[in-house]
Amino acid sequence: MIFLLRKWVLPMSKFWTILSYTYTSHLKSKSFIIITLISLLLIAGLTNFQRIVDLFDDGEEGSTEKIAVIDETNQIYSQLESSITNIDDGIEVTAFSGTEKEAKEAVRDHEFLGYAHVSLNDQDLPAASFYAMSVADTSHAVDALQQALSQVKTGIITQQAGIDQSTVQQIFAPVSIETESLKTEAKSAEEMNQARGLVYFMIFLIYFAVLLYGNMIASEVAVEKSSRVMEILVSSVSPVTQMFAKIIGIALLGLTQFGLIILVGYASLKANQNELVGGIFEYLGLGEAPVSTIVYAVVFFLLGYLLYAMLAAMLGSLVSRTEEVNQIITPMMFLIIAAFMIAMYGLNDPTASFVTVTSYIPFFTPIIMFVRVGMLNIPIWEVALSIGILILTIFIFANIAAKVYKGGVLMYGATTSLKDIRKALQLTKKD
Amino acid sequence: MTLELKGVTRKFGSFTAVDDLSLEIPESQIFGFLGANGAGKTTTFRMILGLLQQTEGSIKWNGDSIHYNKSHLIGYLPEERGLYPKQKVETQLVYLGRLRGMDKSEALRQLDYWLERFKVPEYRGKKVEELSKGNQQKIQFISAVIHNPKLLILDEPFSGLDPVNVELLKQAVIDLKKQGTSIVFSSHRMEHVEELCEHLCIMHHGRPVVHGDLRQIKRDFGRKNVRVRADFDVSFIQDIPGVVRFRNLTEGCEVQVENESVSQRIFESIQDKGFVRTFDIEEPSLNDIFIEKVGASYE
Repeated sequence: MIFLLRKWVLPMSKFWTILSYTYTSHLKSKSFIIITLISLLLIAGLTNFQRIVDLFDDGEEGSTEKIAVIDETNQIYSQLESSITNIDDGIEVTAFSGTEKEAKEAVRDHEFLGYAHVSLNDQDLPAASFYAMSVADTSHAVDALQQALSQVKTGIITQQAGIDQSTVQQIFAPVSIETESLKTEAKSAEEMNQARGLVYFMIFLIYFAVLLYGNMIASEVAVEKSSRVMEILVSSVSPVTQMFAKIIGIALLGLTQFGLIILVGYASLKANQNELVGGIFEYLGLGEAPVSTIVYAVVFFLLGYLLYAMLAAMLGSLVSRTEEVNQIITPMMFLIIAAFMIAMYGLNDPTASFVTVTSYIPFFTPIIMFVRVGMLNIPIWEVALSIGILILTIFIFANIAAKVYKGGVLMYGATTSLKDIRKALQLTKKD
Repeated sequence: MTLELKGVTRKFGSFTAVDDLSLEIPESQIFGFLGANGAGKTTTFRMILGLLQQTEGSIKWNGDSIHYNKSHLIGYLPEERGLYPKQKVETQLVYLGRLRGMDKSEALRQLDYWLERFKVPEYRGKKVEELSKGNQQKIQFISAVIHNPKLLILDEPFSGLDPVNVELLKQAVIDLKKQGTSIVFSSHRMEHVEELCEHLCIMHHGRPVVHGDLRQIKRDFGRKNVRVRADFDVSFIQDIPGVVRFRNLTEGCEVQVENESVSQRIFESIQDKGFVRTFDIEEPSLNDIFIEKVGASYE
């Protein structure tokens, strides 16, 4: 009984001690608090973007642009007014009864954005001149004016030709084209657009998690090594227990941070839902994302984190000084950046063959296979195979990383390179 | 509980760091483990702690090999500072104590006791990097003994301490020994070793060159120191056969002789030359033995 207690219960309690120490010491650290607060502010800012923009807009002269119209013909104005409100309700036209000179004065006084002088040309069709202080910021007012006048013109011509209104509407109705993919694995364009948002979001989540927390784990190990507290730690608790306790401790820290961000983001989105009808929610496809995609997201996120976290702990154990951490984890960062790039490409062309191939490479699987799963209808065995390879790699790496960690934490040298992995492995052997 | 090393050898590739080391450290003993830098001390400690595996030989404590399941009985003070510089004294000592299997309240109680004993209770809430070197060393010492270990490895425990604090820690080491702890003590300060250890071992290039009871080692060493102070010139003594080393003093000389009969010869040669103020035969110091065996000075 006592033997069992010593063999299993004690190491477990030490596991929890390290885990909670890792978690709480980071949670209380200034840098963590500051980074989290900044992220929360950023998220609150982003989700309230519309409101903030409106806030500033309110200070100006309203959001509608006023245009004065001098109608020479005395018959076009009413048609123009009704069609321009259909085209752009941000533009308000006013019949101007004064002279052109008075209109120019009014524009100079910022009473109007500009004024249009509408007349009939030699074919008795409408034409106009537009005057404004600057032409640069009036292009969409000009466009709207042009469209509205074209409609008026069409009305005049068809009326003259004796064509009735319903025929006109038929002529101008757009031809609808429905797109559907013939490849069985491809999802319909609609499904793909829905998935794209979520996949996009997930890629970023995994990418940042690996960048942030991978770095944190490697630094944590390096700090303990450079302060030599590691010698005491490894004589108290087995390096393997330490490594996994640290990885999971940091994972919980990450979940806390992401959880907070998502919570604040969600609450703030909810509060702003009126302004964002169909906005980000629809874009992310969170509303109607299939359950399987969400499950895959969680699975790939966890496995991806585990693999990269072990790699980070292993690399961190090789350096003697904290300044060397960035240098040693650079290769790992390149891996995740490469995965990110391929995934970005895959979002547009998920059936490309090199996307398919790379989705089986364990370091890329968590991101790229997720892109494929999210964007395509791929057979379950493909996903299962890639997850299988990933899990196998994690086991192999757990083994190697634990050994390198065990040797690495005892190694102190002037400079560090990846070649030290071999040295570290040598140390754990008997000779 | 006895620590027993039998024929322990550790190779790193073609380099042999420790070669056929055998020793035994019973309960309530402070064992001096000496050697120049690179003699294989740290490697030996790491093997005892189970951080490295020996290539050959066995390391047994109380008849069992040492695993992590015994780490709550073992204390280790590494030569270099091993603390979190940015953590508070209390936080990290409780953490390190818990990693040695203590529960929190017990760790806090022991922490109180040791901080009081070392007269530094005010450092409890300070970060380690804010403390002086000597005070950091006290905290380091506490981290090694807070869980009341039965086997304690002390690698240069008194470095950076002033004489008053050396006494404070020395007394703590002696008290632990009295409680039954087996202590492995490594130091470059021979006077500390002579004062604390009855048994010792001097390592040279991974091999134990001297091993055993301190008094026996001195007796076996054979050589003695002879100090002569006289009113006449004594430099002729260096020509007497059996004189190994000669050093001039202001009013005489200090020589090392091969054995006691040589000192007899020196005495005879000076007794009729004039007035002799001092003729003194001394046991060799550990420092003399060390220099002789290792061939170089420590510092």
